[in-house]
Amino acid sequence: MEIIQTDIAIVGAGGAGLRAAIALAEADPKLRIALISKVYPMRSHTCAAEGGAAGVIKSDDSLDLHFGDTVGGGDWLCDQDAVEYFINEAPKELIQLEHWGCPWSREPDGSVAVRPFGGMKIRRTWFAADKSGFHILHTLFQTSLQYPSIQRFDEYYATDLLVDDGRCQGLTALEIRSGQMRQFQAKAVIIAAGGAGKMFPFTTNGAIKTGDGMALAYRAGVPLKDMEFVQYHPTGLPNNGILLTEGCRGEGGILVNKDGRRYLQDYGMGPETPVGQPVLKTMELGPRDRLSQSFWHEQRKGNTVSTPWGDCVLLDMRHLGEKKINERLPLVRDLCISYLGMDPVKEPIPIRPVVHYCMGGIHTDIKAATPVSGLFAAGECACVSINGANRLGSNSLTELLVFGRRAALSAIEHLQSGLPDSNDAALAAQAKNSEDRIRALFDKSAGTETVAGLRKEMMATMEENAGIYRTGEELARACEKVAELRQRYVNLGLTDKSKVFNTDLMQALELGSMLDCAEAVAVGARDRKESRGAHQRLDFTERDDQNFLKHTLSYYHPKEPPRVEYLDVVITKSQPGVRDYSGAKK
Amino acid sequence: MSEERQIQLEVLRYNPETDLEPRYQTYTVPCVNEWVVLDALNYVKENLDPTLSFRWSCHMAVCGSCGYMINGEPKLGCKAFIHEYGDHIRVEPLAHFPIERDLVTVVEDFITKFASVKPYLIPKEEKPISAGEYKQTPAQLMKFKQYTLCINCMLCYAACPQYGLVPEFLGPAAISMAHRYNQDSRDGGRDQRQEVIASHEGVWECSFVGACSEVCPKHVDPAGALQQVKVASTIDWYQEHLMPWSKK
Repeated sequence: MEIIQTDIAIVGAGGAGLRAAIALAEADPKLRIALISKVYPMRSHTCAAEGGAAGVIKSDDSLDLHFGDTVGGGDWLCDQDAVEYFINEAPKELIQLEHWGCPWSREPDGSVAVRPFGGMKIRRTWFAADKSGFHILHTLFQTSLQYPSIQRFDEYYATDLLVDDGRCQGLTALEIRSGQMRQFQAKAVIIAAGGAGKMFPFTTNGAIKTGDGMALAYRAGVPLKDMEFVQYHPTGLPNNGILLTEGCRGEGGILVNKDGRRYLQDYGMGPETPVGQPVLKTMELGPRDRLSQSFWHEQRKGNTVSTPWGDCVLLDMRHLGEKKINERLPLVRDLCISYLGMDPVKEPIPIRPVVHYCMGGIHTDIKAATPVSGLFAAGECACVSINGANRLGSNSLTELLVFGRRAALSAIEHLQSGLPDSNDAALAAQAKNSEDRIRALFDKSAGTETVAGLRKEMMATMEENAGIYRTGEELARACEKVAELRQRYVNLGLTDKSKVFNTDLMQALELGSMLDCAEAVAVGARDRKESRGAHQRLDFTERDDQNFLKHTLSYYHPKEPPRVEYLDVVITKSQPGVRDYSGAKK
Repeated sequence: MSEERQIQLEVLRYNPETDLEPRYQTYTVPCVNEWVVLDALNYVKENLDPTLSFRWSCHMAVCGSCGYMINGEPKLGCKAFIHEYGDHIRVEPLAHFPIERDLVTVVEDFITKFASVKPYLIPKEEKPISAGEYKQTPAQLMKFKQYTLCINCMLCYAACPQYGLVPEFLGPAAISMAHRYNQDSRDGGRDQRQEVIASHEGVWECSFVGACSEVCPKHVDPAGALQQVKVASTIDWYQEHLMPWSKK
């Protein structure tokens, strides 16, 4: 097997991976950086983020307010030391992007404009129209092109981490074009490979969001943290799950049920605010978990509109007018017209909640370090945790910048700590095992299971049993079913026997990752007998700080369900309180 | 709205390990009318033939992965609606790029050219982060905003007759991205980019057919950018050769 020698390997070339690569290249031009991704960098799913990135910049705002919104929004499951670091670094990172050319939308005086977002007390979301993630990704990718020390390995699928002597020292990856395995020998590895929304059938996530980075770390012994917290975005197009940004509501769009009632006022987010004059942190600008949960209740009450694609509520933006919609929400208008045949300028758009983001992920500390020495993680695949039980919209784009950079700095510190020589034979032996594993999967033809078949069953299980509202019974069923699917995965047979760009093999590997992640979601949810943020139990309806002001840590087992441990949440200055999104609050 | 219809999906197949040359394979696909061509391809992949290879991800026309020739025209698979076609749809890999396998093309040439034009901000004046953002008015932003919208889908390369004839041509997306940075009020790198752009394989190869702008799914208008670059390069030439004293 060909060995590629590098100093730091990064898995994933989306926002977090690119930010890390640039930070490494800037810190020391002599560092050899291998940027490995299963897709070309600009295909990464960061590109689909629309609304914007939060960072305190305006004089009416403060770091304390951003702290409060984030911690309260996360239902006090955030680690407060991490949140503090995050909000402090956030403005610097957003200005840095501006200096790299990001086309942020502007105020008439030329300063950066900010827009209101859900769960935020003050306008603090930087935006580039409604294509913020796209512009962030492309700005980072284009900026990265000026550093010759960033060596890209585009379309390489990372298969296993190499951990020897307690240290992560590289990984194996499949070159998709040739079907050949490569060993990357590195002194540190940063995983920045995104979320796992594709465990669910109805999601805003692209095809590539299959939890590969999470599974990679998980299988190497790093616990996955808080995986039961899966965010539903309240406004997805009903036919295909395409996201309509929270910016729609930030700009003044309203949500109504079949009777035209702004139903959010019936779920603790009232009183009703004047149409077209959104009030921060109430009604349509409540947090995502509350809004998605309100939909569920409206559906139960029969207040939803039935459409060919299921029950919906309506997002009405007509009162914003064509000019404002074109200026602030051009992509939203285009998506509605293209994919639904409806124009938000002229008619209300049917929408429903859709799986959007994994709050959970690879267990890291405030320095983006995992418990395995030399292994770091950042972005959606990681759980620091600044998002707690419910991420605030527009914190994730900032997170991948702040912690992408932080992971790079930590990796450099690790390199400077005086590492012992590597045992090359031991690493090569591990790489060989990895190659054998992939080859066995590739060679197997007389399988009784198919990728598409198992995937469909997994998605149906997750949607039915681990959705917006959950019960112990359903979650037990999900655990059982996913465990069964993991066993049946062994009987998978591949049809495609070509070494060249074998997407059948790729999808089989991705399915393996998703099943590992799905089991951590189901087990974590079953064992968390309380309701908090995005995790709502019909059999345990209250938040239980006595027993569950804790992070779930799931440890991988190759055949059994994960072992679950708990870790205390870091509280520095904000004791758990009531999340009040009513307009009547002080 | 959701009625079903059967289509014949004719797909170019090529496996370099077993095929001497590309062939076509036709699948019968039951389509829901609101589907896009990508949905039909995924139907084939999931139900009929797991060996079919193609790139895709976001399904919302922003990641740029799924450019194919659809009935001979470069299109994003996720934005080519079944209802706009008859019962027979032919899908082939993007023109002008070597085929890697089936609908997957080798795109290195584009990536290399794109990187060669220095598509990043070369600041006019260095400024520390602590000094805050560069000021840029909405009017200044409007000057280049359109050219930032390129998703690198390469449809313009597949449409460009000149790129087909002269493979050295930098091509529409690379040149319009250079133009994007040249037009940015924060940028001072035009001279550096100009060395690449004004060369033989640069703008002068463009015969202004305008096919690039017609197929662009994001209305970037690379043809317009190319024209502006040509004019600017011509002015450069005059300033250098006829009025050397006028150079800044």
